[in-house]
Amino acid sequence: MNGSALLNIGIFGVFVAATLVVVIRASRNTKTAADYLAAGRAFTGPQNGIAIAGDYLSAASFLGIAGAIALNGYDGFLYSIGFLVAWLIALLLVAELLRNTGKYTMGDVLSFRMRQRPVRAAAATSTMAVSFFYLLAQMAGAGGLVALLLGITGKLGQAIVIAVVGALMIAYVLIGGMKGTTWVQIIKAVLLIIGAGVMTLWVLGKYGMNLSSLLGAAVDNAPKAGEKLLGPGLAYGKDGTTKLDFLSLALALVLGTAGLPHILMRFYTVPTAKEARRSVVWAIWLIGLFYLFTLVLGYGAAALVGADKISKAPGGPNSAAPLLAEALGGPLLLGLIAAVAFATILAVVAGLTITASASFAHDIYANIIKKGEAEDKDAEVKVARRTAIVIGIVSILGGIAANGQNIAFLVALAFAVAASANLPTILYSLFWKRFNTSGALWSIYGGLAVTITLIVLSPAVSGTPKSMFKDVDFSLFPLSNPGIVSIPVAFLLGYIGTVLSKEDDKEKYAEMEVRALTGVGAEKASVH
Amino acid sequence: MSTSEQHTPDAPGDHVWVDVQNSPDFVELRRRLRSFVFPMAGLFLAWYVAYVLLADYAHGFMSTKVVGNINVGLILGLLQFVSTFVITTLYVRHANKNLDPLAEKLRNELEGGQA
Repeated sequence: MNGSALLNIGIFGVFVAATLVVVIRASRNTKTAADYLAAGRAFTGPQNGIAIAGDYLSAASFLGIAGAIALNGYDGFLYSIGFLVAWLIALLLVAELLRNTGKYTMGDVLSFRMRQRPVRAAAATSTMAVSFFYLLAQMAGAGGLVALLLGITGKLGQAIVIAVVGALMIAYVLIGGMKGTTWVQIIKAVLLIIGAGVMTLWVLGKYGMNLSSLLGAAVDNAPKAGEKLLGPGLAYGKDGTTKLDFLSLALALVLGTAGLPHILMRFYTVPTAKEARRSVVWAIWLIGLFYLFTLVLGYGAAALVGADKISKAPGGPNSAAPLLAEALGGPLLLGLIAAVAFATILAVVAGLTITASASFAHDIYANIIKKGEAEDKDAEVKVARRTAIVIGIVSILGGIAANGQNIAFLVALAFAVAASANLPTILYSLFWKRFNTSGALWSIYGGLAVTITLIVLSPAVSGTPKSMFKDVDFSLFPLSNPGIVSIPVAFLLGYIGTVLSKEDDKEKYAEMEVRALTGVGAEKASVH
Repeated sequence: MSTSEQHTPDAPGDHVWVDVQNSPDFVELRRRLRSFVFPMAGLFLAWYVAYVLLADYAHGFMSTKVVGNINVGLILGLLQFVSTFVITTLYVRHANKNLDPLAEKLRNELEGGQA
C-alpha cells in the first residue's frame, strides 16, 4: 500500500465518520414502523429528490458510464440517455399514484385490490430478485474499485474490504433506518455531483470551454477507434445480433427505472403526492445534469488518460473516472473522487438493503405470516432489522463470490427483471379496471421466469470468452439482454392471466382509483 | 380477505367510492390526468425509440458533422435531454394548474368533517 492509498483511506474515513454522526442523530426520532421504513414520511420533495439521485447514480452509472464513453465513445452515452428518459415514466405514470395508495413497499400498491397474500408474496419475490442482482453488482464493483484505489490486488484483501463495506452498510441501516439511509444518500449525492461538476469544468477549461475541441482531442488520442469514437456503433454496431441486443437493452433501461423497488420505496418518504412529484422533478434535473457531466468526463478520460491506459488499469473501464481525476488534480483529487465512489457503493447498498428488508418485514412477515393482524408494529421493525442483517451477510458473501464479474451485466439484469416483472404489473394495477389477482401473479412470476430463463440461456452466461461460464455453451438465446422479448411477454401474460379469471372487484378498483388520484386517506407524515 | 389494515380508520365505506368514481368532478379529474399523461408518454417513448433506432441502424447519418466535431448523433442525444426537461416542466405546470385544485376539492369533500 502506498501513500496515495493511505490518503484515499483517510478521506473515506472522514466520510464514514461524518455520515455515521448524521445517521445516529437522525435515528433519535425513529420510533414507529413508519419512522424506520419510510423516514416518518417527513422529507421534503427536494431532499427526497436529491436522495433519489443518490440512489440512482450508483457506482455502475458513475464509473461504468464514464468508462464506457471513454472506451466506446458515443455508445456509452446511449446508456445515460436511456437512464434519464426513463424517469418520465416514473413522473407521469407512477410516482404520485403510488404514493397515494401505498405505505412502505411496492407490494402495498400491487395487492391493493387483489387477494393480499399471493400478490404480496409475488411482489416480495420480485423485489428481492431485483434488489439482489443490484446488490451483487454494487458489491462486485467494490472489489475492482479497491484494487484500483488502494492497490489491493489479492482476492483475500479485496474480500476483506468488501466485508468491511458490507458491515458499515449494515450499521447504517440498523441504526438509521430509512431516515439515516436517506441522509447518507443526500450527502453522497451532493458530493458526487459537485465532484463531477468540478472535474467537468476542469476538463472543459483545458480545451477553452469548447466541447468540439475536447472531442477532437479524444479522437486524436484514440488511434484504434479514431473518428468512430464520436458516432454510434463502436460497441453495438458489429452485426444484426448486436444491434438487436442494443435495442433490447435500450428498452430495458427506459422501462426498468419505474419498476426498481428501491426507487419506488423512496416515494413513501415524503408527506404528499405533490411532494413525490417534486422529488421526481429534482431527481430528473440532477440526474440529467450529472449525465451531461459524465459525457465530458468520459471523453475527457479518452483525451487525457487514453484508452490503452484505462483498459490496462486494474478495474478496466471502471477506472476511467478515477484515472482522469488523478491526471487532473494528482493524488488529492484521486483520493476525493475515490472516497466519493466508495461512498456511492456504500449508500446504494444501504438503500437496497432497507428496501429488501422492508419488503420482507412488511409484505411477508406482517401481511402474510401475521395476516395483517400484527398490531405490534415494533415487531415489524424488529423483523426488518434482522432481515437487514441477513441480507447484509448474503450480499457480502455474494459480492465476494461475484468479485470480478461484469458489473454492467448485473445491473442490466436488475433493470430487465424490473421492466418485465414489475412495471407491467404496476401499470395494469394503476390503470386497468379489469386487472385482478390472477393477472398480477401471471405478470410477476411469468415476467420473472421468462427474464431469468432468457438470461441463463444468453451468451452473457455461457459460450463466449466474455461469459460467466466460458467452457460450456448452452446459449440458446442470442441476446445478452432479454428485454425485447421478456417485456412484451410479461405484458401479454398479465393480460391473459386477467381474462382467464372471473375475479373483477369494481368497488375495490373504485376505491383505489379515487385514492390514487385525490390522495384521500393517504398515509400522513408522522409528527414528532 | 380484508385489506382494512392498510387503510386509515376514517376512510369512507365501499359504496361511497363507486359514487365518487362516477361523480362529474372525478370523471373530469381522471380525464385531465389521462388526456395529458397518456399522449405525453406515447410521444416521448416514440421519440426515444426513433432516436435509438437511428443510433442503432443509421450510423452514417448520426456521424454527419454539423459544427466542428459536433455531429448529428450528439445533437439528437442532447435533444433527448432537452425534451425530458421540457416534458417535466410541462407536466408540473399542468398538474399544479389543472389537477391539484380539483383533487384537493374532492379530497376535502370526502374527508370533510373528519380531517
